[in-house]
Amino acid sequence: MTAKAESVKLFTDKAELVSAVVTEISSLDEAYKYTMDLCGKKEACKMLISGCEQNLSNTAEQLCATKTGKTIVAPALAKKEAAALEKQCEENGFTLIKDSVRNHLGGIDIAFTRVDHGIAETGSLVLNCPNEELRLATMISEVHVAVLPKSKLVDNSYELESWMEGNMMKGDYTAFITGASRTADIERVLAIGVHGPLELHILLLED
Amino acid sequence: MQDAKNLKEYRKEIRESLDNDFLRTAMDNFAVAYRGSRANAFKDMDEKALIRDIAEAKDAAASRLDELFAKFKEEAEKRGAVVHLAKDAKEANEIIGRIAMDENCKTIVKSKSMTAEETLLNHHLEDDLNLKVVETDLGEWIIQMRKEGPSHMVMPAIHLSRHQVSDLFSDVTGQKQGDDVQALVKVARRELRQEFVDADMGISGGNFAIAETGSIGLVTNEGNARLVTTLPRVHVALMGLDKLTPKLHDALRVLKALPRNATGQAITSYVTWITGSNECAAAEDDRKKVHFVFLDNGRRALAKDPVFSQVHRCVRCGACANVCPVYRMVGGHKMGHIYIGAIGLILTYFYHGTEKAKNLVQNCINCGACKEICAGGIDLPGLIKDIQARILEEEGHPMYSSFLAKMMKNRKLFHKFLRIAKTAQKPMKGKDGFMRHLPMIFMPDHDFRALPTVAEVPFRDMWAKVQPAKVANPKYKVALFSGCVQDFVYPEQSVATVESMRNKDVNLEFPMDQSCCGLPLQMMGEVTAAREVAIQNMEAFEGTDCDYILTMCASCASHLKHNYMKMLGQDPKYATRVKAFADKVIDYSSFMNDVLGVEKEDFLDSAGDAVTYHAPCHLCRGLDVKSAPRELMVKAGLDYKESAEEEVCCGFGGTYSVKFPKISEQLLTKKVNNAKESGAKVLLTDCPGCVMQIRGGAKKQGTDLEVKHIAEYMAERRK
Ligand code: SF4
Ligand code: SF4
Repeated sequence: MTAKAESVKLFTDKAELVSAVVTEISSLDEAYKYTMDLCGKKEACKMLISGCEQNLSNTAEQLCATKTGKTIVAPALAKKEAAALEKQCEENGFTLIKDSVRNHLGGIDIAFTRVDHGIAETGSLVLNCPNEELRLATMISEVHVAVLPKSKLVDNSYELESWMEGNMMKGDYTAFITGASRTADIERVLAIGVHGPLELHILLLED
Repeated sequence: MQDAKNLKEYRKEIRESLDNDFLRTAMDNFAVAYRGSRANAFKDMDEKALIRDIAEAKDAAASRLDELFAKFKEEAEKRGAVVHLAKDAKEANEIIGRIAMDENCKTIVKSKSMTAEETLLNHHLEDDLNLKVVETDLGEWIIQMRKEGPSHMVMPAIHLSRHQVSDLFSDVTGQKQGDDVQALVKVARRELRQEFVDADMGISGGNFAIAETGSIGLVTNEGNARLVTTLPRVHVALMGLDKLTPKLHDALRVLKALPRNATGQAITSYVTWITGSNECAAAEDDRKKVHFVFLDNGRRALAKDPVFSQVHRCVRCGACANVCPVYRMVGGHKMGHIYIGAIGLILTYFYHGTEKAKNLVQNCINCGACKEICAGGIDLPGLIKDIQARILEEEGHPMYSSFLAKMMKNRKLFHKFLRIAKTAQKPMKGKDGFMRHLPMIFMPDHDFRALPTVAEVPFRDMWAKVQPAKVANPKYKVALFSGCVQDFVYPEQSVATVESMRNKDVNLEFPMDQSCCGLPLQMMGEVTAAREVAIQNMEAFEGTDCDYILTMCASCASHLKHNYMKMLGQDPKYATRVKAFADKVIDYSSFMNDVLGVEKEDFLDSAGDAVTYHAPCHLCRGLDVKSAPRELMVKAGLDYKESAEEEVCCGFGGTYSVKFPKISEQLLTKKVNNAKESGAKVLLTDCPGCVMQIRGGAKKQGTDLEVKHIAEYMAERRK
């Protein structure tokens, strides 16, 4: 295996260990298509955001009512990319949220993002997100679909040091994301999606 | 929280925990699973080197706290944050309260922060300022609603069952909830999401504070820290000064160990790096108000303390609790005040004072399990003992402890006492070498193990008879250190040692002026007496011309080797002498296996018994001797069957088992059961204390498990 193929394999293995779904793709179009399929497949009952099927208090219940239809959010995409995604959303009858993610705290089905780096050693994604819309999108959505160009894969976190330090020279918010949101706080039983996404899909883009 | 007024009350609390079956089972399952996942997480790494690097870097940072703080403040403020320094808990709470008032905040969401627990921040915000504070870490939220403190650093609600959580959630939502954990988690997700929507202020802790750029790092699995630091218009991070680190690299390095040590994860789901004031749509000018509050509360003084500054290496992974056999039985509410486990015993003293710490700090059996896995390489058991000694100095020595100290300082008096005990025990002595009943000074709680009687003739009186003839040109010159138990209670173990190396070109000596090694004194915190005894022993052996000081007691060996250096190594009068002494100390199995190099051929050809092994704490961890005894057993033709949890403490711990008999009893029961389950009829070990404990327990339980010192079998099986 080439060094790169090795990193891709290690990254994939590690990410899958924490139940991320990793798929290799060769174009962004494939990424949009993947996202549409995923959104279409989300069952009808899941149109109610996660947790809404439970017995909730009145106030928490109200938040569930803020959501209508199937929604995708994709902040911080380049214009052309955003347009392409929007077209696909229209064709499929999904709503693309472009801004004011804050108004959708009840939940969004899918967040579609391009991430900055991947760390093979731990299967982590690295997302530079001083942009609030982008940051929020990856927190409140039920599913996070992230496109990671293979060229942006590094072996371990130390290799990102100077890039991160560069960002930190100004105001900055950077996240390492590894698998879905999880907890083991009740009887040590692993449960997914306590605050953040319930699923993480990583699309490894050949570039 | 620890509020017991005295040891008696504390013991009573402990008993209640021991009777809590749910807690016990949860902790047991966790302890066993944790060991496996941690080992797996570190398997491709040089764990020891990583821990060394962290220790070194943290020590360096601790030595320049003020400078790092100044740099952090300058850089963070350049990037739009405000940085505060609070001298104590009260001041930290007031600063945060004032920020809330100035910014007109009514509701607060919080992500887990041990530092905020330390300052009891919620009390101030809720009770004094009437603000609404919601913990958003699931476990923290649960215990907040139950009005409890965390029982574990990483899993704060580990003591609760799903049924308890279900009942609680039913109350909170006003709707009946079921018992399914996944569904309960979903309920929490929805209920807490609403709290995030409402909140004006977010409070987080900080796992790292990077001086170079004024950035903080947050480690979470749930992702609540990201929401807490993103949604509300004000963000306050409260951190101890010990979180300061010069560069990002230091944080990334700790990040390699922290999750692995905490839960056996390679990394947590989210690690968040925040620098300065970021975009925030809820804020007036789209910029979040960011305040970093650093807490001193004794940390700067601690950083200057030559012994205790290493406490700052702690990364709050909680691993020292995960592996602690005492914590495993009694849980965090009984083994810590706010910080729990091994580090909790220490921090309680420094952050919450003597009153809260004085009972707790005695509840360490000194098994060394925590020290072995600490991410910062902190000598936790050593520091716990040092604190115990400090508290004794502050509070005065209890009578029994001063009495023992006085007596043991004087070897002749001590040995005379042991000889008198032999006569005094007569009425209680059974035919089987055990006491028929316990002397009156013991509480009924001590009846879990049979105690041995003092031997008719101590080893020192047999020496003239049993010592081997001198060899003209010996390969090894060895002086025996018997320790009091093998001298006065189990002389046969010492005799077996002599026997097992007969005809091996060894010259043996037994210096008569040797006394107890002094470990019991150290365990009680009687440092001055322990030091005097150490000097006496050192001098007794200086009179011999030996290459090795051999002891068949793991506890003596590790005490002679490490603690003597600690006690005397700094004193120029003794430094070189004690080093020469400590370098010669060796344990029985290492000497036989590694130095003498006995082989299969040295032992009988016949098949030996099925045996299992108990690894004494002071051997397997104290001296890092793991394979020698196991190799010996196999070479001697014994059928060695491994027991479960062979390296977990047997519960002896010298005076510990007298102070906390109920805990000792539980450990012992487990030990005996594991040995029985191995299928072996005999258990061997390398320490007379462990022999005393396990043999006494087996006898009380009425099992036929035989317990012996490994030397006894080696002597028996030699050709
Ligand atoms: S003392 Fe060591 S093991 Fe315990 S929490 Fe701190 S770093 Fe972890
Ligand atoms: S030495 Fe053993 S008993 Fe003491 S705190 Fe550490 S693990 Fe617990």
